[in-house]
Amino acid sequence: MTGLRELLAYSFMVNALVTGSAVAVASAAAGYFMVCRQATFAGHALPNIGFAGAAGAVLLGVEPAYGLFAVTLLSAVGMGLFARDLRERDVTVGVIMTFTLGLGFLFLALYSGYAARVYGILFGSILGISAEAARRSVIAAVASLAVLAFLYRPLLFSTFDPELARARGVPVRTLSVAFLALLGVIVSISVQLMGALLLFTLMVGPAATATRIVKGPVAAIALSAGLGLLYVWAGILVAAMSGTLPVSFCIATLSFLVYLPVRLFLGHPAGGREHRRGGDVQRTNHGATA
Amino acid sequence: MTIQLLRSDVFLNAMASGAIAAVVAPLVGYFLVLRAQAFAAESLLDVCFAGATGGALLGVSPILGMAVFGVGAALGMGGLGERARERSVEIGMVVSFALGLGVLFLGLYAHGSAAHANAGVSVLFGSLLSVQTPEMLRAAGLGAAAIAGLAVLYRPLLFSTVDTEAARARGVPVRLVSVLFLVTVALAAAVGSMAVGVLLAASLLIAPAAAAVRLTRRPGRALALSVGLGLAVAWGGILVSFLWPGRHPPVGFTISALAAVAYFAAAAASRGRYARRGRTVIVGDNAETGQRSHP
Repeated sequence: MTGLRELLAYSFMVNALVTGSAVAVASAAAGYFMVCRQATFAGHALPNIGFAGAAGAVLLGVEPAYGLFAVTLLSAVGMGLFARDLRERDVTVGVIMTFTLGLGFLFLALYSGYAARVYGILFGSILGISAEAARRSVIAAVASLAVLAFLYRPLLFSTFDPELARARGVPVRTLSVAFLALLGVIVSISVQLMGALLLFTLMVGPAATATRIVKGPVAAIALSAGLGLLYVWAGILVAAMSGTLPVSFCIATLSFLVYLPVRLFLGHPAGGREHRRGGDVQRTNHGATA
Repeated sequence: MTIQLLRSDVFLNAMASGAIAAVVAPLVGYFLVLRAQAFAAESLLDVCFAGATGGALLGVSPILGMAVFGVGAALGMGGLGERARERSVEIGMVVSFALGLGVLFLGLYAHGSAAHANAGVSVLFGSLLSVQTPEMLRAAGLGAAAIAGLAVLYRPLLFSTVDTEAARARGVPVRLVSVLFLVTVALAAAVGSMAVGVLLAASLLIAPAAAAVRLTRRPGRALALSVGLGLAVAWGGILVSFLWPGRHPPVGFTISALAAVAYFAAAAASRGRYARRGRTVIVGDNAETGQRSHP
């Protein structure tokens, strides 16, 4: 306990915990929709694409978070607008992602003394999160939660049954672009703590676990936010106390260790499956009448 | 000056190891693209990251570490889920755990030594300019194993890719074929990562094959075209990097940029061609491709 109190005396620890909490709740809520929409790949790709933006910002002497934000938001909107179906998206996004990773590598190679910066952006660090950055991430997290709450009903509808939602006049396409843009915002605030490569752990892990434990979107979102907070706090504290373990490793491992038994013993995802089956039926009917 | 550069051992070595990667990765990549498993490949690459850094920590050759970890993960992934939809979440979980493990290994390995820290960068973004002969031989061996596996699997794999249900009905062990295929993907991922690093290996694994699939629909032709494009991308990338006036851009960047150019050029070319026939599912659901190619 004294160890904990000593750790909290460091301002970077407080900033890391504040940022981590904000990031955990926002990622978990968005992650629920990401998992249900089968958009895991987008969640993986966005931060990697953003890496080029962060690296470019480093080269230009701007704060990496701004470069990351600009590139992530742009690519999220582009991804939503130009990719017609999921399959096509897989390969195209993969190719773009690889190219932008290469671009980021080029930027950092041009910037001297690059190894440390590469690691900082790719893997994150609890050190050096300023109070200003912590405040920014709390504001962004609250804003994205508000947007998510505002979009909640139509987003849920279009997630589980896009055909029916479209038929009822829900702007499915616009929603999907808005959702990806929201992911972009959350990615930008998470990257300093989690790093571009691993931040999607916080989106997928808690949500994937939660959808297997409880039914119903509200319960699943709440549980996944709780799990996210738990992972982040435990991960940051373990990392800080050990001194050598990277935070992102601790968080990823925790989330995997909780997911694995849940996946093995709790069968299939609660909630999602039934809805999705309904969607399939709807689609077949649609095909038959067309 | 330029001629000397092109006759240097560094250049020739890079071209040779680039060639190994550029033959093996696109061949496997062709099936990855047909089966719409780009994300699975991505995750095996991330597992390779843990393998390479773990290998470095134990003093084992990075490519062997990648192959061991990759094959293990392929078997595990194959054993997990049956349905593709669920799998994307499962793959995501495996990816994040593997990356976390890689970060840990790298953290332990790079602790306190700048040379080791740079070794981490070469795992992530490739080390084509510093591949040693023994490592190249290992890559050739693993690549040969992957190609041999692919040759053995070729017919049942193609059949179960194009029409899963029919293949199952005719007694093709679809599940086993898909697991064994993932093993060859792991080997190819290790070979590709040796050349351009785990983060950029998709530019040899996915992009050339995805471009080829857009240009031709016959398997034999598409395979040959994938390899041709792979070689063009790899060798072209090395040449551009060496011949660039002034400060050389890293080979990883030039190769990934050429790969993106190849893919988008092919996509643009095919859009015109397929537009007349209506939209055909090129990178499609297994069953769907089967239905549409045999109307």
